Amino acid sequence: MNDFVLMRKNLFRKPVRTVLLLVSIFIAFLIFSVMVSFTEAISSFNTKPNRLVTMSKINFTESLPVAHYDRIARMEGVAAATHMNWFGGYYQDPVKGFLPVFAVDPESYYEVYKEDLPLPEEVKAAFFNQRDAMLAAEPVAAKYEWKVGQKIPLNSNIFSQADGSHVWEFTLVGTIPTPPGSSQTGSVLINYDYFNETISFGRDHVGWIPFLTTSAAVNDQVINAIDARFANSADETSTQDEATFNKSFAAQLGNIALVVTLVVGSAFVAILLIVGTTMALAVRERTKEVGVMKTLGYSSTRILRMVLGESLLLSLIGAALGTAGAAALLTALAGAGGNGPPIYFAPSVILWCALIALALGLITGVLPSLEAYRLKITDALVRR
Amino acid sequence: MPDLIRLTDVAKSYSRGKEKIVIFEKLTMHIEKGDFVAVMGPSGSGKTTLLNLLGGTDRPDKGTIEFDGQRIDVLKEGQLAGWRSANVGFVFQFYNLMPILTAAQNVELPLLLTKLPPKKRKENVETALKVVSLADRARHRPREMSGGQQQRVAIARAIVADPKLLLCDEPTGDLDRATADEILGTLQVLNRNLGKTIVMVTHDAAAAKFAKRVLHLDKGQFNVAELAA
Repeated sequence: MNDFVLMRKNLFRKPVRTVLLLVSIFIAFLIFSVMVSFTEAISSFNTKPNRLVTMSKINFTESLPVAHYDRIARMEGVAAATHMNWFGGYYQDPVKGFLPVFAVDPESYYEVYKEDLPLPEEVKAAFFNQRDAMLAAEPVAAKYEWKVGQKIPLNSNIFSQADGSHVWEFTLVGTIPTPPGSSQTGSVLINYDYFNETISFGRDHVGWIPFLTTSAAVNDQVINAIDARFANSADETSTQDEATFNKSFAAQLGNIALVVTLVVGSAFVAILLIVGTTMALAVRERTKEVGVMKTLGYSSTRILRMVLGESLLLSLIGAALGTAGAAALLTALAGAGGNGPPIYFAPSVILWCALIALALGLITGVLPSLEAYRLKITDALVRR
Repeated sequence: MPDLIRLTDVAKSYSRGKEKIVIFEKLTMHIEKGDFVAVMGPSGSGKTTLLNLLGGTDRPDKGTIEFDGQRIDVLKEGQLAGWRSANVGFVFQFYNLMPILTAAQNVELPLLLTKLPPKKRKENVETALKVVSLADRARHRPREMSGGQQQRVAIARAIVADPKLLLCDEPTGDLDRATADEILGTLQVLNRNLGKTIVMVTHDAAAAKFAKRVLHLDKGQFNVAELAA
């Protein structure tokens, strides 16, 4: 036996209580790990230091006139520009069949994202020249068993055609390989001209305008110039680098940052209160035992260490289970394949979880351990 | 026999709200090595306070306490804890065993404070449990044992680190007569055969008969004649 065994035995003295505490810590760390992995996944997409994005100053769901694209493309310091529109697409089922479909200008899009579009010449040519051409990320095509040349009907939950139909038919002209981190992960690309000609509203507008600068060194200068160019117009702009844009894109999708902050923050605060109170109660229940241990010769410092260790042990076990659970869940989800961007378990989560677990253990353990430290033997032994 | 404990002009009082309760004003006494002393007296006479002072779990307001020639009243909290683990074994009225630990683990507790290797600790625990005739209950938890057996485990815990002094606070107060006599017999054996100095606080005159001498404490003072004997 040693102090660690004593800590462990004390921790599991009331197994149901300990298991319930562990479950609450487990859930908080599971949510936290998944959320952090999600935001990390979004921000880890291949970004180029000289690739910037201009969108409406209001937010990315507000479209810009396509004329903005022409003006930006001609601005000093801009090497190549393109534009993208969120199609709001899904295949067959609006929920299960959700797809990140983007209406793009094929040639300029290729110029701006060519590193992530290793397309054979014939595929490239078909994508550039065919009005109803569609490219799909390989996992998406594999999931729906789409074959090149196949006609694919895609629905939009935003746009409609002149006849009121929400369905467009596209021809799959090729697939896009998407290694981890690819900016094309999960994407489906369609031709903007075809889209623009057939929609019943929002014509000649684009969602956002990605572009390359001649060098990352001129980014700030170009950002300022673009936003100044459209300042005080009906369609003011906000230009930012691609990594920041990806994060804000994700944040708009589900207001992820707010969700992470609120859900995880409130979960941790609740756990802090629950675990702290329970630990204090647990130590108070053992007042006499603490007194006996001190009588036997255990120093107050050693008792403090053991109570604090118990609280840390609880927190670390819960955090380890939560983190491992998140890793297993995300691995399973990644393996199952999905339409959206795959979320991989981010190794940095382990460090974050360890730090938070340490802080949680220390904060929840500090009061009970100090109480045990200060406890006088003569007081402890007379308590019932 | 030389003195193991010497209290000189010890004063001790407690505060209860605004009231000051004086337990000892000027207590002087000594206990020789190898003695077995029963301390009797009415409630509030200062018996438990005396045990607390002898065991270093409380400090005198004034006066000195020497143990084997060493002043213990001047030791700091950490030093006092170390001194207790090396020199004093405690036996309580309600056993005070850890319910989550087996008998052997309870007995091992004081040895975790030593530098003994696990194997040697195990041997010492087995020996201590044999002394109290409980070797066969080593793996039992307190709730699986009778009161008498629990108290014998507590005695094994008190002697496992081979202390010079055993302090027993009403060790038979929670036991029936037959079991109490067994426990007292065990204490007598420890005193006679292993030379342990024992100070036992009791209300029970029959229990006090197992001691070599009985001291009566009343209003913070011993009977002078008994003390001199």
